[in-house]
Amino acid sequence: MTTPQVEVLLIAVMVAACCSLPGVFLVLRGEAMATDAISHSILFGIVIAFLIVKDISSPFLLVGAALTGVLMVAIVEIITNTKLVREDASIGLVFPFLFSVGVILIAKKIGNVHIDTDAVLLGEIAFAPFDRLVIYGYDLGPKALYVLSGIFILNVLFITIFYKELKLSTFDPGLSTTLGFPSKVIHYCLMAIASLTAVGAFDAVGVVLVVALMIVPAAASYLLVEKLYLMIVVSLIIALVSSVSGFFIATQMDISIAGTISVTAGLCFVGIFFFAPRRGIIFLIAKKTRQKLDFAHLMLLVHISNHEKLQERYNENNVREIYKHLNWERIYTSTVIHMAINRGTVVDNKGVLSLSNKGKQHVIETIMK
Amino acid sequence: MLGEIFSDYTLRTVSIGSAVVGACGAVIGSFAVLRRQSLVGDALTHSALPGIVLAFIVTGSKDISVLLTGAFISAFIGAAFMRFIIKNTQIKEDTSLGIVLSVFFGLGIVLLTYVQKQPDATQAGLETFLFGQAATIMQRDVVFMSVVMLVILGVVFTFWKEFKLLVFDAEYGQSSGFNMRYMDILLTVLMVLAIVLGLQTVGVVLMSAMVVAPAASARQWTDKMGIMVLLSAVFGAFSAVIGAVVSSLYTKLPTGPVIVVVLSSVVFVSLVLSPRRGIFWQLVKYEKNKRALRLEATLAALRELSMQHEDKCHGHEECVLRVMKSEGAPLGKTLRLLSQKGWATEVTRGKWAITEEGLKEADKFLHLIKDNNQ
Repeated sequence: MTTPQVEVLLIAVMVAACCSLPGVFLVLRGEAMATDAISHSILFGIVIAFLIVKDISSPFLLVGAALTGVLMVAIVEIITNTKLVREDASIGLVFPFLFSVGVILIAKKIGNVHIDTDAVLLGEIAFAPFDRLVIYGYDLGPKALYVLSGIFILNVLFITIFYKELKLSTFDPGLSTTLGFPSKVIHYCLMAIASLTAVGAFDAVGVVLVVALMIVPAAASYLLVEKLYLMIVVSLIIALVSSVSGFFIATQMDISIAGTISVTAGLCFVGIFFFAPRRGIIFLIAKKTRQKLDFAHLMLLVHISNHEKLQERYNENNVREIYKHLNWERIYTSTVIHMAINRGTVVDNKGVLSLSNKGKQHVIETIMK
Repeated sequence: MLGEIFSDYTLRTVSIGSAVVGACGAVIGSFAVLRRQSLVGDALTHSALPGIVLAFIVTGSKDISVLLTGAFISAFIGAAFMRFIIKNTQIKEDTSLGIVLSVFFGLGIVLLTYVQKQPDATQAGLETFLFGQAATIMQRDVVFMSVVMLVILGVVFTFWKEFKLLVFDAEYGQSSGFNMRYMDILLTVLMVLAIVLGLQTVGVVLMSAMVVAPAASARQWTDKMGIMVLLSAVFGAFSAVIGAVVSSLYTKLPTGPVIVVVLSSVVFVSLVLSPRRGIFWQLVKYEKNKRALRLEATLAALRELSMQHEDKCHGHEECVLRVMKSEGAPLGKTLRLLSQKGWATEVTRGKWAITEEGLKEADKFLHLIKDNNQ
């Protein structure tokens, strides 16, 4: 790997790490789509700030753009508070407008100076190493890396210092406000952190894929673990795995790095969605099947015990006839009978089924409950 | 400019096409907005992108009906996946929207960069689907779009009653014997159709605004569903035509953003100026009520003072009234209004008394208040 490639990889890793941290809280608070709205509206801030300071790498750009994200959240809240439109609609009204104004300004005023309309959507992570931090003639590496590291440290500090407040206001905003941690203030702090992160990631991955890195790892880890701090750690790991694997696949196949990272994140999610212990689809299906079999087993035992004492047992509890009385499929019935015999609850007595002591006990225990 | 639209062949095609797109999105959008699913459109449009590029890779054709079929299939898969996640996990709706939106879009971008690396240049123009370019609409596209629009409008018209039930009281609908699950799926299919139709004009990124904005504006002007849908269609078609024509007249101006800006101004006007609901009229009403309350409070104070004096015409200092009313509102203005109405007079300079008529008036509303208390 060449030096620029290593640098691109490092930037990709840092972007993923930065995004996954606030993402966890946004997913848990049901504000995932706010990331989409924020990442679109920061474009407006970036363009306006650029038109004012005329310098793409100015720190004002970073701050100005992050403020636009918070401004967007505030506007949405104002519109929602008029009760004229609901929250989802007001999000859907505000961010397309800010984004459109941004795109039009780029198309008419800025042209291809540094940001063009395609780069806005896709980001240009491959070009990020060209913008370097040079102090007194020493080349200290790509500037994006320093910005992202700064944002990462800020995110870590924010989450560790306000961990208790964040946790409380996420899971019980009412209690949080009563105890003196206004959930509204925490909400705005989180939004500010999210938009600063989005601005930092914007150059590398563009508008839409910020959403992928913020939400997808968090959602995947939500399926795996139940403790908040574990969820943060797991989501960080998933983000790192998808950014590294995405980078290598993309460079091998010469396709968009940012796009590939979001696809690998998506694949991670799908994998966990299917194979996660306890919450994965396959596990759920297996659990359902097992419960169904358990229930069928019990029904078989109940049926046998109901007819055991009488003459009719030769008819009702006959191995070959019993499926008719239970109204089951024939093959399914024989599966259940085999299972029962294996479990030692049923005894096959020359073609007539009867309960063993264990079986009797099982019936009494379950029905008496 | 209007004359130009009808005489210029390209402009005419572009405007008719955009009007169709705008109307379709707006009609379906009315249902989405009322069902609080405004952001579903956003996720669906983004998930259409891989379908467009895949359709091109598989068929090698850039025919709009082929590409849009691909878009339809992939957006529909996106919608199905979204439901599947919500149904089977504890993940909330907004998160599942975000997952589908970003991952499908990422896949679309990957495929797009893959296609662009191919040596032949036939793929040129696929990226206009990102922001839309209305100028690329041809006459046969317009025919195709109109057919799809007729299908959408036909279905909405046929299932009008069922859709209305789904929007306002799905449980009641279900218990009245309509299968609301099928209606929900049907409405989702229509939404995907309407969205896919707009990809060429408005683009993947901003088509969601085409769904939300006209409906949100129309909602402000009426409380009737039928009128809302019609009005929304008019707003959508109007904004789309203006946006498309403006962007066609200037170079390097993508259509989607222009349409969104036009739509946003419609939304702004509707939110502020619509009668009864609009913010401006709400403020006017608020001020009016406040003034009426101030008048009544001052009149009541004057009445109470007059009860304490034998001489009805005894004047009272403004400062006394100020204390009794216990608010810093402009007392002088209120008193002048009262004297204009003939309910109070300035006996000597700065001293006020209630008139006979004012007493009657005060009794009237004080009596009313008493009635209400009982």
